[in-house]
Amino acid sequence: MTDERTESIGMRESALFDRNVIHEIQRKAREGIYDIRGFGAKRKVPHFDDLLLLGASVSRYPLEGYRERCNTAVTLGTRFAKNPIELEIPITIAGMSFGALSAQAKEALGRGATAVGTSTTTGDGGMTEEERGHSEKLVYQLLPSRYGMNPDDLRRADAIEVVIGQGAKPGGGGMLLGQKISDRVAQMRDLPKGIDQRSSCRHPDWTGPDDLEIKIGELREITDWRVPIYVKIAASRPYFDVALAVKSGADVVVLDGMEGGTAATQDVFIEHVGIPILSAIPEAVDSLKELGMHRKVQLVVSGGIRTGADVAKALALGADAVSIGVAAMIALGDNSPEYQEEYEKLGSGAGYYDDWHEGRDPAGISTQDEELGKRFDAELGGRRLANYLRAMVLETQTLARACGKSDVRNLEPEDLVALTIEAAAMARVPLAGTKWIPGLDGKTG
Amino acid sequence: MAAAEQTVEQVDLSRSTVRELNQRLHDAADGGPQSWRITHPNGLHAIGAGINAPLELEIDGHVGYYCVGMNKEATVRIHGNAGVGLAENIMSGTVTVDGDASQSAAATGRGGLVVVRGNAAARCGISMKGVNIVVEGNVGHLSGFMAQKGALVVCGDAGEALGDSIYETHIYVRGSVAELGADCIEKELGEFHTAELTGLLAEADVDANAADFRRYGSARKLYNFNIDNADAY
Repeated sequence: MTDERTESIGMRESALFDRNVIHEIQRKAREGIYDIRGFGAKRKVPHFDDLLLLGASVSRYPLEGYRERCNTAVTLGTRFAKNPIELEIPITIAGMSFGALSAQAKEALGRGATAVGTSTTTGDGGMTEEERGHSEKLVYQLLPSRYGMNPDDLRRADAIEVVIGQGAKPGGGGMLLGQKISDRVAQMRDLPKGIDQRSSCRHPDWTGPDDLEIKIGELREITDWRVPIYVKIAASRPYFDVALAVKSGADVVVLDGMEGGTAATQDVFIEHVGIPILSAIPEAVDSLKELGMHRKVQLVVSGGIRTGADVAKALALGADAVSIGVAAMIALGDNSPEYQEEYEKLGSGAGYYDDWHEGRDPAGISTQDEELGKRFDAELGGRRLANYLRAMVLETQTLARACGKSDVRNLEPEDLVALTIEAAAMARVPLAGTKWIPGLDGKTG
Repeated sequence: MAAAEQTVEQVDLSRSTVRELNQRLHDAADGGPQSWRITHPNGLHAIGAGINAPLELEIDGHVGYYCVGMNKEATVRIHGNAGVGLAENIMSGTVTVDGDASQSAAATGRGGLVVVRGNAAARCGISMKGVNIVVEGNVGHLSGFMAQKGALVVCGDAGEALGDSIYETHIYVRGSVAELGADCIEKELGEFHTAELTGLLAEADVDANAADFRRYGSARKLYNFNIDNADAY
């Protein structure tokens, strides 16, 4: 955002105390509380944009775009589960709660995911009939709050995801503010209407990896070892956390980078805790490889995935699939210019709106307001999401074929170079035009 | 079926696996033995997890973590001690432990009754969501943490931070309370609560007088964020 004053000679904005910082200091002085918001990190961090794919030429054969197949299917949960999840595309929908989102939005996520043969995920509020009914493949999250948790839903889930952390807030719990607690949300969460609902940061009945292994064992017993058990961790110490998740018996590890979205978290948490997904994937893959479990325990990564290019690069670094949250909401219609006037009334604008915790979303997505919710057409939203996912898959295939791959998961680090020294060091691929991988002491990866 | 219902199915866990037992218990929802006696549990984990039928279980010995986790409808008696997460997320039915229970007994339970004849360790009833818990002995620290619904009855003493960040659970303690947690206060033991407590004691077969208990619950000051309460967080 710029205005005329930034162009004025003699008015120099401080790099440290820019307008956003000054505004926030003034707001804190007035209100005495930190900023809570939704969305993900807004600061610029090294990301997939800082990597490039090396297309084929003389030394590599490309595949013909419209004739030669490039597989996108992936199976998750092959380690222990009787019924692994077969996905047609390597892009899944991340966990987002009913409560944070309207029932219509949850339904749309299920519709969109199902249309393209992928999974969607519940969230911190239990499983709704809308999403179960419209999601052919549904992952049921087991979170510290255990809101709505019950064995019947465990048994009708296609996978279970034990959530230990979220990229937007590693080490943090959650909060659903009272204004979003409708009768239905309150009933599902066993709490009175209208009060803030806190989600604890630690699970109530286990601590540490030894306990987690036993907990996973219990979940397998309840479901007769039928469905895969995922373990979701926030990217902070992925090398160790992935190893412990594998040791604990996970079928799938979900790794969420600091760019990952949230429905409501302190801004200071979103922007200052955790590490970028770009830097987390190589550590996670190292961990899996050292345990001999790469591709045996599947790795799903998330955090700022927007395009097929992001997908291709994540897979090239060793992920088996990716997960999207914020991008899926935008595809549904969040931050649509259609509601520009109403976003402005809320002190925001289309493209900037992040007060998802307030429940006043003009698009009817991050709300429990019945009237706002009615604005959102779940069928149309589902079609938009399916379109977006299809486009991303086409992009991913285009890039994979260009690199000579008949399966998107055949992309590899050797297909990548970095545009910046930071990205090269984090992703452990050479700086473009060099053989230099900073941090590897002269080794080339 | 009448003959099958009267038969007590015996399972020796020194000769059978927990997996085999649990599969049989799950299958029993569609018919089969309704009464079970489990021997040699030997501290094994997840015994009886996920039962979904009005079965009767007697377990002779000590059990490990998550015994009868997420129980629905079954009546279970453990003649021994229980490990972490006894009857976690219980939905309905009754679970009784003759001995002591480790941490997080009946954690997040949404219904039913859990009775501990001995003591329960830390975090008893943590995040409970409708279960009723009766502990004849003492409970450890942070019991009733973020407790949402249901009742926690402690016939002995309660440790530190009882009912920290409590929502609407009713807590009754006959002995001493080392310390109340954030937003947990003592409340009047009125007619309604006396009747509730009397009923729970009778249901748990505990010989105690409701009038000897004190009631604790939420001050409801943390229900909606207020900066003036920041030091409580």
